[in-house]
Amino acid sequence: MKFGVIRFPGSNCDQDAFFTIKDVLEQPVEYLWHQDRDLHGVDCVVVPGGFSYGDYLRCGAIARFSPIMDSVISFAKRGGYVIGICNGFQVLCESHLLPGALVKNDGQRFICKQVTLRTETTDSPFTSTIIQGETLTIPIAHGEGKYVCDDSTYSALTQENRIIFRYSDPLGNVLESSNPNGSRDSIAGITNETRNVLGMMPHPERASDPALGSADGRRIFESLLKYAG
Amino acid sequence: MPKVKVTVTLKPSLLDAQGKVVQGALHNLSYTDVEQVRIGKYIEFSVAESDDLDTKVREICDKLLANPVIEDYRYEVAS
Repeated sequence: MKFGVIRFPGSNCDQDAFFTIKDVLEQPVEYLWHQDRDLHGVDCVVVPGGFSYGDYLRCGAIARFSPIMDSVISFAKRGGYVIGICNGFQVLCESHLLPGALVKNDGQRFICKQVTLRTETTDSPFTSTIIQGETLTIPIAHGEGKYVCDDSTYSALTQENRIIFRYSDPLGNVLESSNPNGSRDSIAGITNETRNVLGMMPHPERASDPALGSADGRRIFESLLKYAG
Repeated sequence: MPKVKVTVTLKPSLLDAQGKVVQGALHNLSYTDVEQVRIGKYIEFSVAESDDLDTKVREICDKLLANPVIEDYRYEVAS
């Protein structure tokens, strides 16, 4: 499976994503430049974390109108796999590939720490080999990661089983105290209606090797590889 | 060229954490009757005169300057 990692000015998790795909998963991968329109025939686009365009105006707002994103939007609408991590999730929301928005953390502070995610559904390419309710240890690093959406979006997400991950305690209990940023219903990751686009604030690419403190992030990529065959 | 002044604010249903912190500071300064502090963004630009200026400004705001999911905006046009 061929992957493409987008580089915007200000992306800073592109190399981590590239490393995970190339060296850990041993899959072909190349960088995609924000000014290009060509996706180089990739099967999955990774929109990485960072501070695209300096987070000017709103996180992801400028990146959404970069030439490469036009191609990513059409690619996603044709069923192509897209994973948006952290700033990438913000870009996908601004692009309307995913509903809702990410706003400033309730505590006002940038949070960088290991968190536990509870897998809410295995009915997605990205969680197909994970067990329902299984917890993953993956770090977050964001100042604007509080997921918000209106009530109708929220009911669609729950009814269509599109909440992929919730922040939980290490035992898998979703509690107020395990919600690091005030996200609605502890939402950490969601998918689109056609389930080929994943957006999540935590960084699976930073948890791809035990030497990094956790290798749980690999499970997401491995699920996709198995699902896509 | 007409000058457009846009103010973008978080929707009232969303907690404006910055506003809340500033309100707390104002209370500490003994302005205890100050309520509902909201912090927004101010953007100004000039644009060529046209008959459909309002439509154009709204389009600019909806597409880029504000995110209608979380923000409201208002604007005025001065010639």
